[in-house]
Amino acid sequence: MNSNLFTQCMNSQVLEVNLSTATPEQLTEINNELALGFSTDELATIQDYFKKENRNPTDIELQTISQSWSEHCYHKTFKGKIKLNDKEITSLFKTYLVKATKEINAPWCFSVFEDNAGIVKFDKGYGIAAKVETHNHPSAVEPFGGAATGVGGVIRDILGVWADPIACTDVLGFGPLDYDHNKLPVGVKHPKYIYRGVTAGISAYGNNMGIPTVNGAIYFDDSYTGNVVVYCGCIGLLPLNKYVCNGKVGDYIVLAGGKTGRDGIHGVTFASAELTEKSEEISRSAVQIADPIEEEKVKRAIIEVRDRQLGSAITDIGGGGLSSAVGETAERFGCGVEVNLEKVPLKYQGLAPWEIYLSESQERMLLIVPPGNLEQVISIFEKEDVLATAIGQLIVQRRLRLKYKDELISDIDMEILFNPCESTKNAIIVIPELMEPEFPEPVNLTDSLLQLLAAPNIASKEAVIRTYDHEVKGNTLLKPLQGDYAGPNDAAVLKPVDDSIKGIAISCGMNPNYGKIDTYWMAASAIDEAIRNNIAVGGRRIALLDNFTWGNPEKAERLGSLVRACEACYDIATTFRTPFISGKDSLYNESPMGAVTPTLLITAVGIVPDINKTVSVDLKEPGNILYIIGETYPELGGSEYYRLNGYIGNSVPKLHAIRARKIYYNLTKAMREGIIKSCHDLSEGGLGVAAAEMAFASGFGLELDLQKVPAKDVSRNDFLLFSESNSRFLIEIASQDKKLFEKLLGKYSAQIGRVTKEAKLNITGLNGKTVVDVPLDDLRQSWKQTLNPKEELQ
Amino acid sequence: MNADDIKVCILRVGGTNCDAETKRAFTELGAQAEVIQISDMIKLRNLLDYNILVLPGGFSYGDYVRSGVIFARHLSAQLGKEIQSFVDEGRPILGICNGFQILVEYGLLPSLDGVSEYAQAALTTNEPSGFKCKWVYLKQENHGKCAFTTAIPTGKTIQLPIAHGEGRLLFPKEKEDAILERLIDEDMIVLRYCNNNGEVAEGKYPANPNGSFYDIAGICNKEGNIFGLMPHPERAMYWWQLPNWTSTNQKFQYGDGKLIFQSIINTLTKKSSR
Repeated sequence: MNSNLFTQCMNSQVLEVNLSTATPEQLTEINNELALGFSTDELATIQDYFKKENRNPTDIELQTISQSWSEHCYHKTFKGKIKLNDKEITSLFKTYLVKATKEINAPWCFSVFEDNAGIVKFDKGYGIAAKVETHNHPSAVEPFGGAATGVGGVIRDILGVWADPIACTDVLGFGPLDYDHNKLPVGVKHPKYIYRGVTAGISAYGNNMGIPTVNGAIYFDDSYTGNVVVYCGCIGLLPLNKYVCNGKVGDYIVLAGGKTGRDGIHGVTFASAELTEKSEEISRSAVQIADPIEEEKVKRAIIEVRDRQLGSAITDIGGGGLSSAVGETAERFGCGVEVNLEKVPLKYQGLAPWEIYLSESQERMLLIVPPGNLEQVISIFEKEDVLATAIGQLIVQRRLRLKYKDELISDIDMEILFNPCESTKNAIIVIPELMEPEFPEPVNLTDSLLQLLAAPNIASKEAVIRTYDHEVKGNTLLKPLQGDYAGPNDAAVLKPVDDSIKGIAISCGMNPNYGKIDTYWMAASAIDEAIRNNIAVGGRRIALLDNFTWGNPEKAERLGSLVRACEACYDIATTFRTPFISGKDSLYNESPMGAVTPTLLITAVGIVPDINKTVSVDLKEPGNILYIIGETYPELGGSEYYRLNGYIGNSVPKLHAIRARKIYYNLTKAMREGIIKSCHDLSEGGLGVAAAEMAFASGFGLELDLQKVPAKDVSRNDFLLFSESNSRFLIEIASQDKKLFEKLLGKYSAQIGRVTKEAKLNITGLNGKTVVDVPLDDLRQSWKQTLNPKEELQ
Repeated sequence: MNADDIKVCILRVGGTNCDAETKRAFTELGAQAEVIQISDMIKLRNLLDYNILVLPGGFSYGDYVRSGVIFARHLSAQLGKEIQSFVDEGRPILGICNGFQILVEYGLLPSLDGVSEYAQAALTTNEPSGFKCKWVYLKQENHGKCAFTTAIPTGKTIQLPIAHGEGRLLFPKEKEDAILERLIDEDMIVLRYCNNNGEVAEGKYPANPNGSFYDIAGICNKEGNIFGLMPHPERAMYWWQLPNWTSTNQKFQYGDGKLIFQSIINTLTKKSSR
């Protein structure tokens, strides 16, 4: 370490950084030496600030500012300026996502975007809290630990709004499991290794904590080989009258939970950088260590503190460790803070003060407690055998003051922490030149259907889903897999309040392949899919969560595609009147293998007004009739069918949102009437796959006629069967309900077939000849064989 | 004794996580159920104020070392006397999933010759290996000894969910036959994994989901007052928890899990009216 730049000050563990006299070269040296990750502009701003303070900063002050300004904590890209052509966008976040929610202005939104999780009203005085996080970078370096701490982290976000976590979701993206080992660059782990580690990490954390993992998806894409995608979500429940967020000067800052160690230091800086072959070596310590049992105990104590109303505020300790939790808390209540770092319980001695302050050790929460309640709060934690320590207090002065061994080691203005330099980034929109493929229509589509069912993105994920406990708490009313045949339900439904007949429907939508053509329609389709899935089981009054996984936003093209996706989020959400309540972005997902395919996950949380009316995917009774709702277009761009034939194509599915909204409204009405026997949304693999899934989930057969399918400009059987046009459903009704159904949905639907006793799928083509004729056992076998071990296929 | 006189102690430690739904099941049937943190129980030492002791599911103390062993040792060290009196008086004890593992580690099950100092059996890694969450079919094979299945006719098939990674009941290989004979003779076998037609699995996957010896999913002690099972009856209490309620026209009010809780309540209420 260059001794001209750093002087040991006060006590031996804090360095004074000689910033005032540093040359630009020396600033860079400081930046690298302390791994601060500042830009040149930011360094200059900080130098100016400390000149005004008339002194040099300490290392911990610089580290604190670095954390606070990091992409992960401050979301510079989403909050900064973007230049696109002649347009200047100030804050993607406010211009599109928040704006949509504000315009919709739903009275049932209780708290949106401002807290650790979004909160919407539920029933009997309860609210639903929801949050989805990304944990991509840690999972790439250490799959098990990365995924497990991802789950632990999002559960703490829910605890961070005083809610009891009642369900987890997980949406994962991996490279192809049969990826050639020889093609992997140094430092990139094999997709199969990552797949096993990540799924095991998720199951270990959720199961051990006793929170059911009820919804999710697994998606495979070449770009995920170098950039694994791990979305961890959590849904919580809280009595709204117990929600409190009003910390005051004099209140104690209580650190509760696990001890603090060196794990997870610089996690946020790591999360905002590209992965390299050295990531393993350099960043292993940035991945935290998980202990779900500790968090389970922390949860119990927090719920008791909440119910006895002993706290004045709460937040989780996640990215940035204490530095971001403490600073953000003080900022929120317009005051300052004084913390004595010596009081933080440590796993082992020897941590420098800045390490204590930045550590991302897991299972820790920050509670703000009025002086009179401190003793009671600590004894509640003690009963659960959890450490809780008052480490500081909120103060009047708007300063961040940190003490260590009786010395003041940080004393900076709160303003500097929360006003980073505005960044302006350039964006361009590049439309890829993709051709629509030409290939002959197969005569027999049975093989195509069987191959599609076996395609990794469609195939049964049962082997993974069953390693997650989706029944614990005993409130899972509609399970991820339906009945003995384990067919795929569109969404999970929970019944979390004993004396309420309302349910919570949780679903998701994600179509990264469409983004290869146009991220606008990818985002539109993801929103439509999440909503479709929710409505298919009986959900309504839907709230959305957005999670972006993108490449390096410094690259104008990547940023342009992000702007396109945000535009769609605004357009579609306002049309559907489905507000965003929470979201998160993970940028800089780049590896030696290139950038991640832009991936927007939309999570939808809906209400089932009467759980008796919940609808599952499986066919119910021979003789019933089958309708298709929605119109089919020749939209196979980015479809699984094109992928099967080796193409991407260009005809990405569009969304006719106004028409879709009418369909959803009327389908919801039909569900209220109780006439929908089964329902399934059409997504990857289109009509063919959806029909097969409904049949093999039940054991009853289906006879369909493609001539009756409402379509525009589709003249081929394979396109009609496998197009992925949005806003479509297959639904089953009893023949006596035909009249009522057609009154509601006749305009948007057509009767295309019926349920048969014979266990096979028979589809008549446009020319009146059979194009698919296959026993359900074969369909089921194809669907299950790809990702499930042999013994599951019996 | 009436149902509402019955006091149920649901004992929990860090990592126990099925206590709330277990309490709900007993409460639904009119009993007074309480979830009690072990440290409170150690302080108050009032186990004998309760009529039923339940060790619910979860991952007690993280199940580090071996499933259930830390809780079992903690319990015997801190509350051994109270547990012994509870057992001696023939009061019922129920262990669900992790609770079953704890009862085995404690030596309360199978307790062929009274409570044993060391575990006489193991609930070990599933075969095929891995945590599995699914609904299974079970055959009730007890002939009346077990206090927790009196409401289920012998030979009846019921459906309950499992969610565990270590549920394969195993006895020492050399004693396997002799132990099985005693289990049968003394009517200690209660639930066995079977297929949807009620035919026992005979060790075959997937009807037997974990490779458990003799397809055993639940056993009781010789006296019939201590019962441990891997499946979760508390998750099969209400109609809407069942895996295929959306597929049947027939709506029941309760699931098969209710029968387990109802049985023990019936047993206790009858006992005292005699």
